[in-house]
Amino acid sequence: MTPINYAQLLRLALPEVIVVATALIVMAVDLLALQRRNIRTRFSVAAGIASLGCVGAIVRILLSPEVANILDGTLIANPLTHLVQIALLALTIFTLLLSVDSTFTEHVGEFILLILFATVGMMFLVGTQDLLVIFISLELLSLSLYILAAFNKRNARSWEAALKYFLFGGMSAAFLLFGFSLLYGLSNSTNLPQIAAAIHGPALNPLLVIAIVTTAIGLGFKVAAVPFHFWAPDVYQCAPAPSAAFIASGSKVASFFLFFQVMALGFAGSQGALTFPHLIRGWVPVLALMAIASMLLGNLVAIVQSSLRRLLAYSAIAHAGYMLLAIITHSEQSLAALLYYVFTYALATIGAFAVISVVEEKRGDDQLSRFEGLSKQSPIISFCLAIFILSLAGIPPLAGFFAKFYLFVTVLEASSSSASLLGLVVLALAMSAVSLYYYLQVLKRVYVTPPALDAEAIRPPLFKQALIVVLAASVVLLGCAPQLPLHWLLSAIHVAGL
Amino acid sequence: MLAWTIYISFLGAVGLLLLPKSSVASARILALLTAIAGFAITLAAFAQHRTGELQTIIRVPWIPALGIEYHLAADGISLTLILLTGIIAITGVLFSWNIVERTKEFFAFYLLLIGAVYGVFLSYDLFLLFVFYEIVIIPKYFLIAIWGSTRREYGAMKLALYSFVGSAMVLIGLIAAYVAAGAKTTSLLDLAQFPFSLHFQMLAFPLVFVGFAILAGLWPFHTWAPTGHVAAPTAASMLLAGVVMKLGAYGCLRVAMTLFPLGLCPWGFHVLGLGSWRDVFALLAVIGIVYGALVALVQKDFKFVIGYSSVSHMGFILLGLMTLNQIGLTGAVLQMYSHGILAGLMFAVVGRMVYARTHTRDLTVLGPMNLNKIIPFAAVTFIIAGMASMGLPGFSGFLAELMIVIGAWRSYPAFAICVGFGIIVGVVYIWRAMQKAFFAEPGVESTTSQPPLPPITFPERIGAIILIGASVLVGVYPQLLLNIIVPAFNSPLFEGLRKGSWQ
Repeated sequence: MTPINYAQLLRLALPEVIVVATALIVMAVDLLALQRRNIRTRFSVAAGIASLGCVGAIVRILLSPEVANILDGTLIANPLTHLVQIALLALTIFTLLLSVDSTFTEHVGEFILLILFATVGMMFLVGTQDLLVIFISLELLSLSLYILAAFNKRNARSWEAALKYFLFGGMSAAFLLFGFSLLYGLSNSTNLPQIAAAIHGPALNPLLVIAIVTTAIGLGFKVAAVPFHFWAPDVYQCAPAPSAAFIASGSKVASFFLFFQVMALGFAGSQGALTFPHLIRGWVPVLALMAIASMLLGNLVAIVQSSLRRLLAYSAIAHAGYMLLAIITHSEQSLAALLYYVFTYALATIGAFAVISVVEEKRGDDQLSRFEGLSKQSPIISFCLAIFILSLAGIPPLAGFFAKFYLFVTVLEASSSSASLLGLVVLALAMSAVSLYYYLQVLKRVYVTPPALDAEAIRPPLFKQALIVVLAASVVLLGCAPQLPLHWLLSAIHVAGL
Repeated sequence: MLAWTIYISFLGAVGLLLLPKSSVASARILALLTAIAGFAITLAAFAQHRTGELQTIIRVPWIPALGIEYHLAADGISLTLILLTGIIAITGVLFSWNIVERTKEFFAFYLLLIGAVYGVFLSYDLFLLFVFYEIVIIPKYFLIAIWGSTRREYGAMKLALYSFVGSAMVLIGLIAAYVAAGAKTTSLLDLAQFPFSLHFQMLAFPLVFVGFAILAGLWPFHTWAPTGHVAAPTAASMLLAGVVMKLGAYGCLRVAMTLFPLGLCPWGFHVLGLGSWRDVFALLAVIGIVYGALVALVQKDFKFVIGYSSVSHMGFILLGLMTLNQIGLTGAVLQMYSHGILAGLMFAVVGRMVYARTHTRDLTVLGPMNLNKIIPFAAVTFIIAGMASMGLPGFSGFLAELMIVIGAWRSYPAFAICVGFGIIVGVVYIWRAMQKAFFAEPGVESTTSQPPLPPITFPERIGAIILIGASVLVGVYPQLLLNIIVPAFNSPLFEGLRKGSWQ
């Protein structure tokens, strides 16, 4: 065993250290200097400092992109982890900026602190291939998210949602830990590639089957795939807007990356296959089942929703179904497609939540009827909302379309062996036709229905409007010019050798 | 230069959104100028480009990682349809001169739609073509849902979903072709040369063909068309029937048939007397012709008559494609142009000249109003449009349908006879609609509307004259378009089709 070089460890974890330090500074500044100011100011200052910290971490990653693998994958740094970490930090910054001007809580410092801690959890999560570190950072992320979901103490439903989230989350963490313990027992290692090497064999050990299923349950919960999705609608609907946006964006990106890594690295060789009529046992059929259920349930249930946040939650479940196809394919290309998809999805979702928060502030809640005639009152944010929604629906030339296209191309490219992947793609495309219906229902309220007579005009704060416009512009830009991010992704994945 | 048709339309849409809120008149004028500019560019290109051969406009890499290019090009078929789009765009603006509610947005959506349509006709990269094809869906939805009439939200949603399902089918086929070729290219020219296996083509061809044909009103997937046309505001129905349905037919010809020419070959066995996909689609097209005409015969709503007549006329185009001989295919392209102009004209008469004044389209109510006395211009225009639509010599429709019937006679004699029946029914339903809408029956007391109907405005007259002129010009001197359409079929793009089942 090589001696641990703590200096190197610390240097490698410097971006995370910067974020943690920022969290503490934010907390201190808020508690010591800003207690007497009004809440909006406190939120602005705290979010500003925290964003600077995240920018600092990004700069650190960009300036000294190290490549390292410490202690058998306990801490890993390569271009791919850097890219994902930068994406996560960027999403965190958007979330932080979204919380500027919020008034839902007096505990501003704590709120920002938790967001940053969750970010640290996500950064460690993508920078490791070790079961223990994965579990610890996943718990850091999850526990922060539970509290963030409950942060609006004035709203009882926010607690309810958070409690639901916590209970389901606790259960799924237990499943995940159980699966990990079985894996350790089978392989005598906590390192993903070593596990894969140890459990590799012609026939699946029954214990391994249990490990596969429990791991899939634990991670399926994180990405809100059916049947582990019950928390999503409530949390999306009742959590404060920045928390909900964070749970729907950054946490999704990290969880999908982790899901891919665990399945493709940890269970390499035991994927099984989708062949008819006799399945080969492994994790691919398990995920295929989850994907099919997610696509069907998410899209069909979203049709009947009357609250935009719930609608987004069910559409998130459907999108999770599409993205699971990339994990099922588990090729280099499909990882690029998955990351591109989940990142653009996260951008569009944050944007949608930003618009929702503007409307909620003026009109009380997020019922679809509150959006009636929005285009007459605030054409700019309506237009941006249309861009976010159409991107989610996959209409070109927005980012969501290219993401879908690329995802399906990579899935089909890998499907030469089995026709059932083609079947999954056909189902996904059919279901995305269904999804257009409910997305258009939203836009119908915004553009077609005239506003209620007593509806007062919505004038979003200039800063928030600018944020929304920036998000919309990036969705359009990523859709029209996907070449550059795609090039980064592909070369990073190639170097990382996943 | 032709690429500017797309950019100008999009720029016009953006410019409209930037106009101040109350400027209704300037919005109209800006929209009209944009449409005219697009048409002028097309005319200039048309004048330069007399041969109809394939001409590349721009070809630059777009997403090299996937081999996707930004590739615009034009041949005679594209040029014909772009010309049609230009004409319909101008007249559509003229016939929407009366839109006062949310004028800016109306014309912005309108120009967005026009720009995307230009894009589809000019794209030679499948990904790019698909991008433009899908952009069309959204403005279409809003044009109908916001400014439409009868059951507009239903009609708009139905149209959007039908289009989206169609394009999902197309997307599956395109991705499958991309992956099967394995050549990392989405160029239509390259993929059309790729020898896909017979088995693959047999599966992919019907998928992509039907995907496009949904938008072309192929029976039994046509049901969006009548409801959509009826719900749409005048300019949108003109665009829908005039141009958007052509997108479907164009996709069938340009994508489905060139990529998978072997899909048209015989299966080697017969089901109910049908031996290939070609037979199946030819049969569906003939059913569409006869069914559309028969249903149009019994409609009470004036606009539904025209809506179903569109289904019938689009059947001619699809049948022309399935004849797979030079004369039938040329006729199909000519019919795309002809039907675009004539359907536009008829919807303009029904939607703008009659409905916007009388606020009813019920034929039993319109008759007693004796509209031929009150708005004679509308009556005359409809009679001319009706004659052209019946296929009277001297109008574009005559030659187009004649060529298709000759082509069909060579390939499917039995179907040609059914088509003849359809043409006769076509005469009857036009005659019936014309009489019921504009002429009071003897013995029925004529009702005069209160207050008196406003007279036909100047923009309407201009629009009608442009459309009639466009039809007569091609009817009298068809060489104008035939000179560029015929050589287009000699391009390498159609080589697979020529080598395969071409007759």
